Amino acid sequence: MDNPSMQHTQPGAHPATAHEEHGDHNGHNGHNGHDHEHKQSFITKYIFSQDHKTIAKQFLVTGIIWAIIGGLFSVLFRLQLGYPDQSFPILTDILGKWAPDGHISPDFYNMLITMHGTILVFFVLTAGLSGTFSNFLIPLQVGARDMASPFLNMLSYWFFFMAGVIMMISFFVSTGAASGGWTVYPPLSALRDASMGSERGMDYWLFAMALFIISALLGGLNYITTVLNMRTKGMSMAKLPLTIWAFLLTAILGLLSFPVLLGAALLLIFDRNLGTSFYLNDIYINGQHLSNVGGSPILFQHLFWFLGHPEVYIVILPAMGIVSEVLATNARKPIFGYKAMILSLLAIALLSFLVWAHHMFLTGMNPFVGSIFVLMTLVIAVPSAIKVFNWITTLWQGNLRFTPAMMFSIGFVSMFISGGLTGIFLGNSALDIELHDTYFVVAHFHIVMGVAAFMGMFAGVYHWYPKMFGRYLNNTIGYIHFWVTFVGAYLIFWPMHYMGLAGLPRRYYSHSAFVSFNQFASLNEFISGVAMVVFAAQLLFVINFFYSIWQGRKVRELNPWHSTTLEWTTPIRPGHGNWPGEIPEVHRWPYDYGKDGRDFIPQTEPMHEGESTHHI
Amino acid sequence: MSATLVTVAIVLVFIVIFQLAKISEYTSILKGKEGVDEENDKYASWMFLIFLIIGFILLIGSLVVYIPKMLPVAASVHGKWIDSMFNVTLFFTGIVFVACQIALFYFAWKYSHKKGRKALYYPENNKLEIWWTVIPAIVMTGLVIVGVYRWFEIMSPAPANAQVIEITGKQFNWIVRYPGADGKLGAHDFKLIDETNQVGMDFTDPNSKDDLMPTDMHLLVNKPVMLKIQARDVIHDVGLPQFRIHMDAVPGIPTTFWFTPDITTDEMKKITGNKDFQYELACDQLCGKGHFSMKMNVYVDSPEEYAKWLASQKSFYESTIKGTPEEQNAIQAAQKLHGEEAQEKKPTEKKEI
Repeated sequence: MDNPSMQHTQPGAHPATAHEEHGDHNGHNGHNGHDHEHKQSFITKYIFSQDHKTIAKQFLVTGIIWAIIGGLFSVLFRLQLGYPDQSFPILTDILGKWAPDGHISPDFYNMLITMHGTILVFFVLTAGLSGTFSNFLIPLQVGARDMASPFLNMLSYWFFFMAGVIMMISFFVSTGAASGGWTVYPPLSALRDASMGSERGMDYWLFAMALFIISALLGGLNYITTVLNMRTKGMSMAKLPLTIWAFLLTAILGLLSFPVLLGAALLLIFDRNLGTSFYLNDIYINGQHLSNVGGSPILFQHLFWFLGHPEVYIVILPAMGIVSEVLATNARKPIFGYKAMILSLLAIALLSFLVWAHHMFLTGMNPFVGSIFVLMTLVIAVPSAIKVFNWITTLWQGNLRFTPAMMFSIGFVSMFISGGLTGIFLGNSALDIELHDTYFVVAHFHIVMGVAAFMGMFAGVYHWYPKMFGRYLNNTIGYIHFWVTFVGAYLIFWPMHYMGLAGLPRRYYSHSAFVSFNQFASLNEFISGVAMVVFAAQLLFVINFFYSIWQGRKVRELNPWHSTTLEWTTPIRPGHGNWPGEIPEVHRWPYDYGKDGRDFIPQTEPMHEGESTHHI
Repeated sequence: MSATLVTVAIVLVFIVIFQLAKISEYTSILKGKEGVDEENDKYASWMFLIFLIIGFILLIGSLVVYIPKMLPVAASVHGKWIDSMFNVTLFFTGIVFVACQIALFYFAWKYSHKKGRKALYYPENNKLEIWWTVIPAIVMTGLVIVGVYRWFEIMSPAPANAQVIEITGKQFNWIVRYPGADGKLGAHDFKLIDETNQVGMDFTDPNSKDDLMPTDMHLLVNKPVMLKIQARDVIHDVGLPQFRIHMDAVPGIPTTFWFTPDITTDEMKKITGNKDFQYELACDQLCGKGHFSMKMNVYVDSPEEYAKWLASQKSFYESTIKGTPEEQNAIQAAQKLHGEEAQEKKPTEKKEI
């Protein structure tokens, strides 16, 4: 045993709760220097909990709430784009000055798209995805009682919560929320005169993001330490499930890149409030010549995208890990090319730091520098391609069980193919001259990063829900949810490629001022209609999620998916500490499905005499 | 009222779906299933196959409908290179797209769960994996070589005979400035900008006196154009989709883009069959609430049309400044600025054109 805290757990050391819980004991928090009373109050159990499983659920539920808000914002701006001539008096009733005459105003439109991006990229697909599954699965799958530091882990959630509260408050200030796009490029975001959203809303945005970054760092530190130091006996790095590899690399990316965003945000705060000129030079606005001289708005873009590009991999790597795990389990086959899957994850993680300036080909940067980023960007397509081919080969000759999680995983692969390939267009700077900041870009990143990451997240929720809550989600609703989401996402985002190839710029409130762009009214109406249906299907999922926590079908077997990994060796409703007895020892890799005529062999089963090991 | 009706309808649909879902769950419990529902597997696998087939039919159908609405043939020399590069990239990615999507959904259909069938234990095949690492790497190398070659060509210095045009982005419109007969743009400084003198022209510089500031942009067909791009307040982006051009306009950091338009507006009207066709300059970088309305009309003229247009233009100084109180203000401001600069004994911040 390499973890001293393991010995602490004593099952049944406190009065039995209503649940079938075991080992619900916080003695191993002792390394925080606290000695809690045995019986946990509601507050320590559900609010300020240090149990990684509870924290994971907190991240998930918070992420769901933010996803509903972010999705609702997209429905609102799709109303404007789809039905520009129609007045919705109800909007005026609800939104007041932001929607005069039943139309949302251009300022409010910009706030909606900005917050839609910020919320979904950071609060949902970073905190909601990584926060949920890294927290939930790392200790359970590596065989640890909890995170390396449960206390920091709790702080990580509460910093995220505070970031959310502050972002929420910014919706209600009189000048509105930030409206400079989720990338908040200065000078637009730096100058209070440049737009309404650059007034107090932007201060809130920066403060909220600073707290969010702290949360991400605290979480990431814990994930890395736990994976590296707290694996159970026998769990070598070469026996880790691909989920854990993905979470580990995600955390490393976050740890190395988020501080840069914090730096960028701090300098922006200085420019906004202290009269510095990091990002400002030669500006005449609102009848004033600003005294700021010598800064560079492009500097911000470099700092932002130094985080921003790893960020898209922070979003997609956990989804890749989850999908690899779910595909193998439900194909009843090993993941194809385990070693190649790890190496390609490593390659993607490394290269993700070397491609950021492909967002900036047309900022006037030196063309030579641009060419280096073209090379790096197209190189990253190779490990991505390997992953796709390996996922598809994992299905080949399998015995596929189509649980909702499996459906979403296949959906993920399809989306990742579609969205990944358009990246090859955008990453080539010469083509980017045409496609830069058009709807082609919108289509690309929504499919490859937004929808695909959501598919991975849903796969994870459906697959591990029985472990989280001891009950199942309703399958029928799961299938409806999948098909509406999957088909709907294609119907929404695929046609946006066509709009991009017609030259339509992003972030336009209306296209009617341009002869060249004003030809997609019926398509926009169609997209908006589908978007509303897809949004409704997500609400169906949310109802299913909360209903099933209390009323779902109970899980009655320890290992319902017949999976090999350690989390299914815990009790149906594991207590704090995860295993009532000793932590099991690991003897084999996590993908022994269909080996030697057996459906699956758990990681805990010792290797047999003469059994072949084939990997690493 | 209608909102209430819609809400009620949505709630009713939800309730119906929910009840049906519960019933199907109870029946599966009665049949004694947990976790995995085998009947669903068959049904789900067929759904994937149907999705694949209908998806490809819709894809082809939508291309037939929407290709005519996409950008017409590129109206510039480099734009045609970009178009052919786009087609090459589309060819290779198209093959991968079709092959991978078919394999994915075909396997999902073909290998759906059947009782008694065993999945193949097939953890790795190094040969196969090397092949599908090397082939994409080769294709990517090809695309990089073509792309970077064209990129350097497009980004190369403008030819000496290029017509220089200065474009300034501001919230929320574009300002263009042409050098006059002397072929030189006059000096300017952001400190000289005011309500009238929108780009801060320095009227102590004789080169400024004949500069034109028309309301539309006119280009001469087949003559290289060099855009000097700048912004006054926030970042904008010069978007000229028919010419395959995007280039950011960054405050304090001028950028450039040169190209050769080769299809006149009249010819493009014939090509597109649209008598209202219009080249337009759009802003492609979010710049505030009027972002979506930041437009300037662009005309590609035949030599005769261009000469006629040029003859009708009067210099900005002659038409707007000369003899007005603004003239004194502007000149005094410029002199004051030069005085300050001399005093500070630092290199002039005047932009040399």
